[in-house]
Formats: sequence, structure tokens, C-alpha cells
Amino acid sequence: MSPEELDQIAETERQAQLGFKHRVNVCVAAGCVSCQSEGVKQAIEKDVARRGMGADCEVKGVGCMGLCAQGPLVSTSAGVLYQKVAIEDAPAVVESLLAGPDPRLLCKTDVPFFQAQKKIVLENCGVIDPERIEDYIAAGGYTALMRALGELTAAQVIEEVTKSGLRGRGGAGYPTGLKWSTVSKAVGERKYVICNADEGDPGAFMDRSVLESDPHRVLEGMLIAAYAVGASEGYIYVRAEYPLAIKRLRIAIRHAERFGLLGNYISASRLSFHVDLRLGAGAFVCGEETALISSIEGKRGSPRPRPPYPAQEGLFGEPTLINNVETFANIAPIIRNGGEWYAQIGTEKSKGTKVFALAGSVTNTGLVEVPMGVTLRQIVYEMGGGPPEGRQFKAVQTGGPSGGCIPADFLDMPVDYENLAKVGSIMGSGGMIVMDETSCMVDVAKFFMDFCASESCGKCVPCRVGTYHMHRILDAITERTATAQDLAQLQELCDLLKNTSLCGLGQSAPNPVLSTLRYFESEYQAHIEQHVCPAGVCGKLEEALHG
Amino acid sequence: MAKAANIKTLKIDGRDVSARQNETILEVARENGIFIPTLCTLKGLSNVGACRLCLVEVKGTARLQPACVTRVEEAMEVTTNSERLQGYRRAILELLFTERNHVCAVCVSNGHCELQSLAQKLEITHVHFAYRYPEAEVDASHERFIVDHNRCILCTRCVRVCEEIEGAHTWDVMGRGIDAKVITDLNEPWGSSQTCTGCGKCVHVCPTGALSEKGKSVAEMLKRRQFLPYLTQMREEDRS
Ligand SMILES: Cc1cc2nc3c(=O)[nH]c(=O)nc-3n(C[C@H](O)[C@H](O)[C@H](O)COP(=O)(O)O)c2cc1C
Ligand code: FES
Repeated sequence: MSPEELDQIAETERQAQLGFKHRVNVCVAAGCVSCQSEGVKQAIEKDVARRGMGADCEVKGVGCMGLCAQGPLVSTSAGVLYQKVAIEDAPAVVESLLAGPDPRLLCKTDVPFFQAQKKIVLENCGVIDPERIEDYIAAGGYTALMRALGELTAAQVIEEVTKSGLRGRGGAGYPTGLKWSTVSKAVGERKYVICNADEGDPGAFMDRSVLESDPHRVLEGMLIAAYAVGASEGYIYVRAEYPLAIKRLRIAIRHAERFGLLGNYISASRLSFHVDLRLGAGAFVCGEETALISSIEGKRGSPRPRPPYPAQEGLFGEPTLINNVETFANIAPIIRNGGEWYAQIGTEKSKGTKVFALAGSVTNTGLVEVPMGVTLRQIVYEMGGGPPEGRQFKAVQTGGPSGGCIPADFLDMPVDYENLAKVGSIMGSGGMIVMDETSCMVDVAKFFMDFCASESCGKCVPCRVGTYHMHRILDAITERTATAQDLAQLQELCDLLKNTSLCGLGQSAPNPVLSTLRYFESEYQAHIEQHVCPAGVCGKLEEALHG
Repeated sequence: MAKAANIKTLKIDGRDVSARQNETILEVARENGIFIPTLCTLKGLSNVGACRLCLVEVKGTARLQPACVTRVEEAMEVTTNSERLQGYRRAILELLFTERNHVCAVCVSNGHCELQSLAQKLEITHVHFAYRYPEAEVDASHERFIVDHNRCILCTRCVRVCEEIEGAHTWDVMGRGIDAKVITDLNEPWGSSQTCTGCGKCVHVCPTGALSEKGKSVAEMLKRRQFLPYLTQMREEDRS
């Protein structure tokens, strides 16, 4: 495929789309599919056909529109968004194309939830059909790849990525340009590019959404990476719990191969690149890069000590670039618009945007993409609408099991890697769980410790046995049978795990405990000294059982 | 010139020592008679860095480094025995004692157990974390050997010796976290294993009484490891 051919395809597709007077986009990402959006789409198609509007109106399955809690979501070419569309509503939706918006189904879009977003990663989500490569190409897809192959040397590509200031979205925020440059300098018989799509944090679904809504964007990012570091083979490690993402990735790979965008001598360049899928079996620790690599190699997915880092000795002992889905999803826009453009967005050390999965005690739950540096208050209150009527904000948990709980005092803090670390949490993969006065912070810490204990791979002693004891102690505190000594032991274990565990799982497992101890120590004390749970959560079950 | 670069000089606990490039901190420390506690590592097997007892402080690095896998570097300054490290080591050993049922008084390896002798050396007089007292199996189905999971510390030496030296890969690990355990074949009785060659290497590399020979009573199980350096040396010579 040459750049001219790509333009041709884009033009043809755009013309075809212009041929339709009306368009109805139905979300067919997992959130909406789970409330029967596919049935809604069929019903709308049927209704369009019944009215003989088939030639005028395109009904398209598109990716995630963000406000998943209000699904199924449907948007139309009249510029309106409908929420909670049922199969019976199909005629009303089609009718509204001619008669004007149906107020009954209308979802307001002139609200901060939509308006305050800045979409780079999600720019095509909810707009293009994830199962048609032509639609991605018409939206400017693969032009960044063509630009990289045709106009830039590998070193220049890395320079753009470095200039952009992009940092890894998989959790740790490692500078992407630096990682690419290390892999490009490493010597090996061959090199690999791996996309980490294991997304294991409870409550996080940004990566799933991108894969389900815009899979080619990830492939394009991987292709550009392969060109930059000199890799010839790629793997996408995606958890088996994401069947729809897997299906769409398979389709995307097949289409890209057919279009000559994956394979040998892509666009008559030196680049030959093949991509394969590997399915994870649901172990959280397999998201850790060395465990993930071991799993791809067909071994037990447990981490190994680093160094050597994957960049030097990764998959099958060869230099390997491993990045997260969202990291790769940022690459095409960076190459298209230049690193400097990207670096204008965000804060001094955290550039670009971040997708957050907003959940918990907020009015609007769903996915939002915001520039780095917006405040927690903007996300939770303006966009999320704050806790529901009558509820009081208590804390927001970021970073999942490796993160922490941030109290109201820090609501005006701009969100970036540095600030989150300063207050004892992490960016993580972008989960954001809002909690109100009905959450007991000890109980929250126990929930995450339970997760870490059962997801520990069992290889190193501090993590394997330490998480067990920490969970046991937290359990005793919530049972209100713990003593001050237990609390001291809990703190001792926090320090031990943080400093001696082999991998990030154990090293960061204490974070939820440490951060709740830091900001909500009085709750721990109340459980231990007064034997009461201030939030009234702990012991509720027993009371219910024993009256 | 090129040859000179192969030798590194560094400081361990304030002492100037020299090392070959590619040596680990642990190897160099041992050559110089500096003690670093270890349980999972064994010369002749690959290193997994799992027990975390060998963690040391390296000046200029925020994180503690496992001495068994960390390569020496020119001008490195290593501390192997700070109070902080001692505290962590004792805590890790204590965690091991709480994890399964280590009842030395009735153990075949009493007196010859690496876990026990390390605990003595680090002056562990009591365990301040709660014991778990799990129910663990004993598999005596093999005609010559026994695996007693009560005594296993999951160092995976058996797994590695079986795969790397014997080439049988009878042993592996199953389960996660606190439920992890070593298994023979696909968690089948050792006695009916199709892959076990009966070589006994696993028994002799096991640091505790988890793997033992049948017919041994309390304190009678002595482990013989001489074969391992011998075999690895022969193989290395073979290769060069
Ligand atoms: C326990 C654990 C789980 C992880 N899970 C994920 C994950 O699900 N997805 C991911 O992208 N990175 C995960 N990571 C981070 C990866 O190890 C790695 O840093 C990341 O894939 C690098 O990509 P990036 O530089 O683009 O962020 C995890 C790390 C740890 C320690
Ligand atoms: S000897 Fe280094 S971690 Fe066990």
C-alpha cells in the first residue's frame, strides 16, 4: 500500500459516507452490548428498511461513547445523543431523523462530562465502525505510519515521541521515548514489540474500550514503534475476559494484512512486521511485564528480577519493547501532528491526555479523556456530577490495588503523575473510584489487600506471606477484634513489602493501606479502640444475621 | 585494554574487593568470606531472586538489590549487613516459619536444615507474626522419596534442578499466592509420575525437610550436594 493508495481508499470511503443523508450510530462496545445495543441496532436497521430509507440512511455500529452507565447510547447525524435506547425505541429514533430530536430519549451533551473532555486517544471512539478498516482510514488512519515510513528515519520517529513527553500509560509513567530509544540501541537477532492489554485493575476499562472501539489505532502505534526500534514481530497480550476486544483485534489484523499494512516490506519500505494475539488467563500479575513475557513464552506467568529489563533481554531473550494499549494509541496522533503539538497539552512533566474510568459514588460514571493537569474537583464534580443527591464525598481512589485514597483536601490538586505520587497514590492505569460517607476506609483497604493476596504469584516470600498476614490483620480490624499491636504489625509489613518484594505487585500492595492510614487513621483507631465502624459498614452483616 | 575492562573493583561493607565482570555481588561476597543469607539460590542452578534474604544496599540506588542476581559494577559500594537489612531478613524468615508447619523437633532434617540454621544465625528466638497452621499434604507414594509440604518454603530448587540439570521437569509450581505449591507432573502422586527418573537430585538440593529419603528418622536426613558443582563444572568444560 502506497500513501496515494491510502488517500484513494480514504477518499472513496468519505464519498460513500457523504452519499448518506442520515446516519445513526449505535454503540456496540461491551458496556452497551451488555444492555442489548446489538438488538437496538438491528431494530433500527429494520425500521430504516421498512421506511424504504435504506439508501439514505446508514446505520453504523460504533465504539464507546463514554457515558456507559446510560447505555445503550445512540447518536444521529442530526447531532443528538440518545440514552437508554430500548429495542422498542427504534422507530422513534428513526422518526427523529426527520421530525427533530425526541426529548424523551435525549441525553444532554452540552454538559461538562462531554464538553470538558479533550479527545486524542478516544478521538475515533463512538465515531467509526471498529470492524471496518476503511472507516479508520477515512478518519485519517495509517497516515501517521505512512509519514513515518516515507518522511522520517527511525531516529526521527523516536525524537518526535521523546519531544512529545509521552509517558507510559500502563501505570509507572516511564518516558516512552526513552524506552524506545533503549530498545532501538539494544542488539539482538530480532526484536519484538508487545502491547500490554492485560488490564487487570478492578474497575478499569480504558484499554478495553480503545480495543473495542478503535483497534487499528493500536496496530498503527505498534507499527510505528516497530519501525522506530527495528522490530519484526509483535504480540498483543489481551486478557481472555475481553472477547469483543479479541474479536475486533482479530478482524483488524486480518484487514491490515489484506491491505498490506501488516506483513513484509510494508509500503515498499524496510519495515516487515507481523502481529499475533496471545490471550491471558486472568492473572493480574501477568500484566507485569516480565510475567507477561514469561506467559507469552509458554511458561508460568511469574515475574523475574529486573535488570535485565525487557528492553535488553525480553521475549525469548531478545530486546523487547513493551507498552500499554493507551500508550500505543497516542502514537499516531503524535506522529501526525508532531511531538511539540502533544507537549503543549498537559503539565510540565506529564504531557498529553489521560483516559479515566470514573466509577463509584458519582452521578455520571463512564470514561473521560482529559488533559493532564485538570483538578480532581473538575473530574469528580464538574464532569462526574459529584456524589448522588444526599451523599457526601469522602475520598477518591486512583491507581487500583497499587494506588491510594485521596481525601477531599486535595480535590483542587491538578492530576498528574507527580502530584498523585506526592499524596501517596499513583496514576496507575486510570481507574478512579469515588467514595462517599458510606464507605469504610479500612474496608476499602481490606478489599484491595484481598485482591493483592489472591493475585500474588507466590514466588517471593514477602509478597506471598506478607499479603496474607496483612489481609488477616485488616480482617481483624474490620471485625473490630484487632489490637494496637496488630496495627503496628500491619505498618511493619507495609514497610517490608514495599522494600523487599520482587515485583511491583508486592511493592505497591501496601499503598491502599498506607494512604488510608495517612488520611483516615482515626477510622482505624475507632475500629480498634472503640470497636466501632464509623461508616457503619463493618459488622453490618453479622448484625443482620444475629439481629 | 579489553582485558583490563573485565575486572571490576568495588567496595563491600567498606572493604575493597575485585571481581570478574558478570560476577554477582553474592559470588564476590562469598569469595571474600562476607556472609549474605540466602535460601533460594544454589550454585549450579539458575537464580530466581525469590527468597529476598540476600537483599543488600547499593549506594546510589534507592531500591534494595538481590545480591544473587545483581552483577557487580565498577566502583559500586555495597552494604550487606545494616540494621535495616537485618530487620528485613528476620521478618522474612519469620514469615516463612508462620507459613507452613515447621516443627523442627520432629523433622527429618533437624540439625541439617538451612532454614533452621539461618534462623539460629540471625538469632531468631521467637516469631511475632501469627502462625497459620495450614493443613498440608504429605505424599509418600514414591518408592524412595517423600514430599512433605508442611516443610516446603517454595524456594523452587527442586523445580530448577529437575529441569536444568536432570532435564526431566517433573517438578513445577501450581496455584497462586499463599496457595502456591510444588507439584510433580500435573499434580499427580509422585509415585505414579511418568517423568520422574528417580535420580533424587531434588531431594538433595532441598534446603529443608520438605523432600527426604524414605526410612530416615528425625534428624537423619543429610543432604549431599557435591554432585551439583561437579556436574556444572563438567558441563562448562564440555562447552568450552
Ligand atoms: C502487578 C502489575 C500489574 C500490571 N498490570 C498492567 C496492565 O494490566 N496493563 C499494563 O499496561 N501495564 C501493567 N503493568 C505495568 C507493566 O509492567 C509495564 O510497566 C507496562 O506495560 C509498560 O508500558 P508503558 O510504558 O506503556 O506504561 C503492571 C505492573 C505490575 C507490577
Ligand atoms: S538468594 Fe537471592 S533472593 Fe533468594
